Amino acid sequence: MHLKYESQLREPLVYGDKNYHQVTEDIVRPIEAKPTKLWYVGFYIAVCLLMFGVYSIYRDVTYGIGQWNLNKTVGWGWDITNFVWWVGIGHAGTLISAILLLFRQGWRTGVNRAAEAMTIFAVMCAGQFPIWHMGRVWMAFFVLPYPNTRGPLWVNFNSPLLWDVFAISTYFTVSLLFWYSGLLPDFATVRDRAFTKLRKRLYGVAAFGWTGSTKHWQRHESLSLVLAGLSTPLVLSVHTIVSFDFATSVIPGWHTTIFPPYFVAGAIFSGFAMVQTLMLMIRKIFSMEDYITVGHIEAMNKVIVLTGSIVGVAYLTELFMGWYSQNKYEGYTFWYSRANLFSPYGWSYWGMMACNVLSPQIFWFRKMRRNLFVTFFMSIIVNIGMWFERFVIIVTSLYRDYLPSSWSVYYSPTIWEIGFYAGTFGLFFTCFFLFAKYFPVIAIAEIKYVLKTTGEGYKDKMGHLEHVPVEVFTHSGHGHTTVENDAASHG
Amino acid sequence: MAKKKFVVGCFDDEEVLFPAVSKVRTAGYKIHDVYTPFAVHGLDHALGLRETSLHTAGFIYGITGTTTALSCISWIFTKDWPLNIGGKPHFALPAWIPITFELTVLFAAVGMVLTFCYISQLAPFVKKHHFHARATDDLFVMVIECTDTTNAEDLKAFLASNGAVETDIQIAEEGWWLGRYDKEEMRFENKQIVAA
Repeated sequence: MHLKYESQLREPLVYGDKNYHQVTEDIVRPIEAKPTKLWYVGFYIAVCLLMFGVYSIYRDVTYGIGQWNLNKTVGWGWDITNFVWWVGIGHAGTLISAILLLFRQGWRTGVNRAAEAMTIFAVMCAGQFPIWHMGRVWMAFFVLPYPNTRGPLWVNFNSPLLWDVFAISTYFTVSLLFWYSGLLPDFATVRDRAFTKLRKRLYGVAAFGWTGSTKHWQRHESLSLVLAGLSTPLVLSVHTIVSFDFATSVIPGWHTTIFPPYFVAGAIFSGFAMVQTLMLMIRKIFSMEDYITVGHIEAMNKVIVLTGSIVGVAYLTELFMGWYSQNKYEGYTFWYSRANLFSPYGWSYWGMMACNVLSPQIFWFRKMRRNLFVTFFMSIIVNIGMWFERFVIIVTSLYRDYLPSSWSVYYSPTIWEIGFYAGTFGLFFTCFFLFAKYFPVIAIAEIKYVLKTTGEGYKDKMGHLEHVPVEVFTHSGHGHTTVENDAASHG
Repeated sequence: MAKKKFVVGCFDDEEVLFPAVSKVRTAGYKIHDVYTPFAVHGLDHALGLRETSLHTAGFIYGITGTTTALSCISWIFTKDWPLNIGGKPHFALPAWIPITFELTVLFAAVGMVLTFCYISQLAPFVKKHHFHARATDDLFVMVIECTDTTNAEDLKAFLASNGAVETDIQIAEEGWWLGRYDKEEMRFENKQIVAA
């Protein structure tokens, strides 16, 4: 008997009657097979986008960021919008792997590996924006506090922008460590079945000599649990600090106290949408339908409708406060620059409302949550909406400041701003395609761990346990006696 | 390093493994280790291993991060180069909480992972003896160290009677060394690979 028991009412997390070896086979198959044509096409497109981005950045460095269309009032435009957007997307992975681990959500095992990879790549993309926005990027190390010959002139520890440096770099490091420590056993699995010398060597290096020793597993479990415990407040802190970039300023539209929870909810919302987009693709391309089930998709859609509604409440609260504060600048920003459809940027506000608040409400219906086409479509819509949200927050608060003479003409990006953004898509998908080809996209060891409690074939066999009284489980102690025997002895 | 003789018993089910572990221990054999493809909960207790103190190390690394952040920032902003920022106090503790928190997490996480790798002797280019290639796939591999009095053949039979699907005697160095995995025997050389 396995050490855990799960109700028959819960959907299986692994379909099919599988044993441990089949799990290995199914997940390692894409790594050992030649990439498909679809993979080559996707990878080629991603690399092209990346090259476009590299050229845009090359121009940024050569000519300066004056080639962006920023102007007197809109000093932050697409650049910071994209930064916040990518950081937000980067929240789902660690949320899935950390918070859901603490909440003992078994379904995370199917999606956590790819979601964590997505987190890391998204944070890499996000990091590009502040770095290249510095202009003289070779001075980037000035943001680090180190003893120097300029005084020493230290960084300003009271500035949210510096908190951001610490938050994003810590988040990246911790996510990377969490992801890689989980990968060690799976790399060892790939290594031990390698069929060429090169594979054996490369995966041997990557697996750090993992053997699967009981003591190592015990430490590994402890490590995962503590890293999860550390990452949980970390996830919440990162977007809180990103929101401080805005909230601690005195710009109408930014200077609000609800920003931290509102940003965190929005980040989880957009992150889960991106996880959906990628999971549906992985599931299809690598035929992982048995591991990334409709139940997984539905669970994530529930998170999307919850966080989307939280974000909706935040939007309405902001509008209410814009009126209730009776501050005319706040009122102007919220009720004219944003909520008025016919103001210059009204379209972006209502685009955001439609994508983020209204459309996810269809996920109240079970049929819609379990419809893969609707899910895929909505996952794209949500991320468009979340991009609009950041654009609305940044541009509509800035484009008309206190001095009407400096009110900007319409801000729209140049081709190089768009190219930079497209380039981060290239970076993201290049990394993701390489990950999908060379890394186990599903955590093999974790699936094996839950297989006997949540696998379809095993759940059926445990049906009789529904009639076993609870005391049998609570009194069976640590003796590892089989539950069948106990049940039999209790009559 | 001295070579030792080990008896290896492979089990294909953790439900068979647990009773076997307790029988082998009751019979007085010394289990060197059990290699499993995933974390089998309760196996550490069944083997009589003590709890890991890795989390305690994590806590110590964490408070090191907290004190590092607080002491560095307060020294910099109150002693080394006090900046007047809008006439606010030099010792601006609330504004330092975010960085203090981030450094706590960073130190704890990095320290724990490094400690984990160090005590488990895990690093790139480290090579270990693997008693069975399927220990990372679907077998639970129990390895028993032979002493002068151990009759290896009897022990093999004992393991088989307790449900081991495969038994074996191996001479191995139990430690670790730098080496290459591609130098060893290719167990999967003739494997048919089907393109997806």
